[in-house]
Amino acid sequence: MTNVKENRPGPEVTLSPPVDAGNGLKTQEMVISMGPQHPSTHGVLRMELTLNGEIVTRAIPHIGYLHRCFEKHSEAMNDYAKVIPYVDRMDYVAAMNNELGYAIAMERLMDIRVNDRVEYIRVIMSELQRIASHLLAVGTFGLDIGAFTPFLYCFIEREKILDIFEKASGARLLYNYIWIGGLMNDVPADFKTDTAAFVKSFRPKIKELNDLLSHNKIFIDRTANVGVLPEKVAINYGVSGPSLRGSGVEWDLRKDDPYSIYDRFEFDVIVGQGEMGTVGDCWDRYIVRVWEMEESLKIIEQALDQMPDEGDVQEAVPKKIRPPAGEIYCRTETPRGELGYYIISDKSTTPFRVKARAPSFVNLSVLPAISIGAMVADMVAIIGSIDIVLGEVDR
Amino acid sequence: MQQFLESFLPAGPVVVFVFSIIPLMIILIYALFAIWLERKVAGHIQDRLGPMQTGGWHGWAQTLADLLKMIQKEDIVPAKADRFLFKMAPFIAFAASYAAFVAIPFSSGYIGSMIDIGVFYIVAITSLLSVSIIMAGWASNNKWSLLGAMRTAAQTVSYEVPTVVTILSVIIVTGTLNLMEVTEMQTGNAFLGFLPSWLIFHSPFMVIAFVLFFIASLAEAHRVPFDLPESESELVGGYQTEYSGMRWGLFMLTEYADMLLLSLVGATLFFGGWNSPFGSFMDGPVWGAFWMLFKGMVLVFVMMWLRWTLPRLRVDQLMNLCWKYLIPLSFVNLVLIALWEMIF
Repeated sequence: MTNVKENRPGPEVTLSPPVDAGNGLKTQEMVISMGPQHPSTHGVLRMELTLNGEIVTRAIPHIGYLHRCFEKHSEAMNDYAKVIPYVDRMDYVAAMNNELGYAIAMERLMDIRVNDRVEYIRVIMSELQRIASHLLAVGTFGLDIGAFTPFLYCFIEREKILDIFEKASGARLLYNYIWIGGLMNDVPADFKTDTAAFVKSFRPKIKELNDLLSHNKIFIDRTANVGVLPEKVAINYGVSGPSLRGSGVEWDLRKDDPYSIYDRFEFDVIVGQGEMGTVGDCWDRYIVRVWEMEESLKIIEQALDQMPDEGDVQEAVPKKIRPPAGEIYCRTETPRGELGYYIISDKSTTPFRVKARAPSFVNLSVLPAISIGAMVADMVAIIGSIDIVLGEVDR
Repeated sequence: MQQFLESFLPAGPVVVFVFSIIPLMIILIYALFAIWLERKVAGHIQDRLGPMQTGGWHGWAQTLADLLKMIQKEDIVPAKADRFLFKMAPFIAFAASYAAFVAIPFSSGYIGSMIDIGVFYIVAITSLLSVSIIMAGWASNNKWSLLGAMRTAAQTVSYEVPTVVTILSVIIVTGTLNLMEVTEMQTGNAFLGFLPSWLIFHSPFMVIAFVLFFIASLAEAHRVPFDLPESESELVGGYQTEYSGMRWGLFMLTEYADMLLLSLVGATLFFGGWNSPFGSFMDGPVWGAFWMLFKGMVLVFVMMWLRWTLPRLRVDQLMNLCWKYLIPLSFVNLVLIALWEMIF
């Protein structure tokens, strides 16, 4: 047997010196590896925890187990449109939002204007995707706390959204639906009725979820006052999305830096109030997601009302994508936070660089700061409440 | 029962063997049924069907198929594990919970051993379970297993106190530790003319005693919301992490046997054991066995129902609940039941 030694440079873990427990025995801190094969690290995150009993005294996240060279792949593509499938695979539970961000960035770089029908379909799709993603986040968060059943209830609803996506794009997870300058194809004829039916059936389910999980005494005990992320720490680390809003910061790019046609809709930005404990605890981050689903429903309803029935969705799709030399940074609000694309063009058909500022990656960096003093069981809750997708962390 | 067996079996060891093997058969058949039931209960609570294919009717053979699969699996012992302890632990766990069944009166005609300290014996022998779990956790040479084992030690030791105190408050009423005699006391319809004379109807404090007993037994059997020793989403598998194949299966079997044991003790102490709820209707040794197992299964079903409904407590909250609420309450209840006995 040989010990597998970690070759990557990393922070040195120094354990506290052994303490005499008083009966001739000595106690010392223990280093434990949580992940990459662990049921609650949402994929392949590895946490190196230093434990004093069950209390975490240090937590170091190790990432890179799912690295797929997104940037290098993009540079190797000889077409900007071919990047879109790779974009899908970053945050694979919110692929529509990733596509939307990339498409908008490219359209701004090339100065393409898309017609209203495309804009409305895009907004409806990305809000549906936001609901699907939040359902997954909320469900798996419950799973981390030990409640198995709400997870499957969430998946029943998510399934309905995936059915709508499947009808439109043919795919259920990675769509390649939103193209630069338009859409892959028009939505099916019954899209409006399907979506309206879903919106109608989904409203009562939010209440059901609240009854089942949000206001469960054990659930509140496990999540309130746990992993408190103060406003200042959140801003200093660059946390964004529901995790930031859970700390009470009213910051939503759909309102504060509107893209697409989000300035046409009325909706509220949900922030954590500290109802059950402190502002910015796990329960706040959780409940922000729950109520954001309600806001997304509002947006979808308005968009369905205003959506024009006429319009060619491929009207503005360029035959050959050759953007002018230059660079652009474009940010959008995905279910996980601020997703920014930094694209450099050298006036050829091949991207010179496509860099993604992934919200999960940045949000994950706050983990060591808020997990000191938590218990092992709290670590699971904290990781779940930050809602990372490892595909996006590693890209 | 013993006379009945002696009438057609060669006397001596064979009778004893058959006599003592009966609880084992009950446990094995029950475990196969209970694991299937757990899947069905989980499925229907979660708006799905559970196993439907294996064996035809509603997947009844699913656990049988799983059992066969587990028996075929490679028996892996981690390289740096303590081999002897690692291999022993599941057997001790199962032996402990199996040995406890000897004092359970399954029907008016069958009890493994008519010992006068029945309840005390059960409480004592089930303590071995925590020993085996610590053995498993320590011998695995895995930090997650060790954490799980540490939690178990704390949990089992803490929750034995309220369990024993609530049992004690029942013993105050019955005046005997022998579970057969406890059951015989509950025969008939004494209360208000129609209620069966079960101990739960004896006084309002007995209802409280039962609730306390049930909560404590959930923790003793490591069921949700107290399933911390094996909490999957935190500790991977707790003390079971390194186990595979039939050794893991034995732990699983123990868990379900433990559920049944505590449910049967609850049924005997509070719900009249093998007594029929309809007085002398559907009474007798065979119906007695049916009623006993039926009452036990109802409690087992409630445990499953809770498992698929509730989240899990944290380890410090678990201790809080036990030391701050359950133990003081059970002591107060003990005094109240004693007063009730003195006055009426």
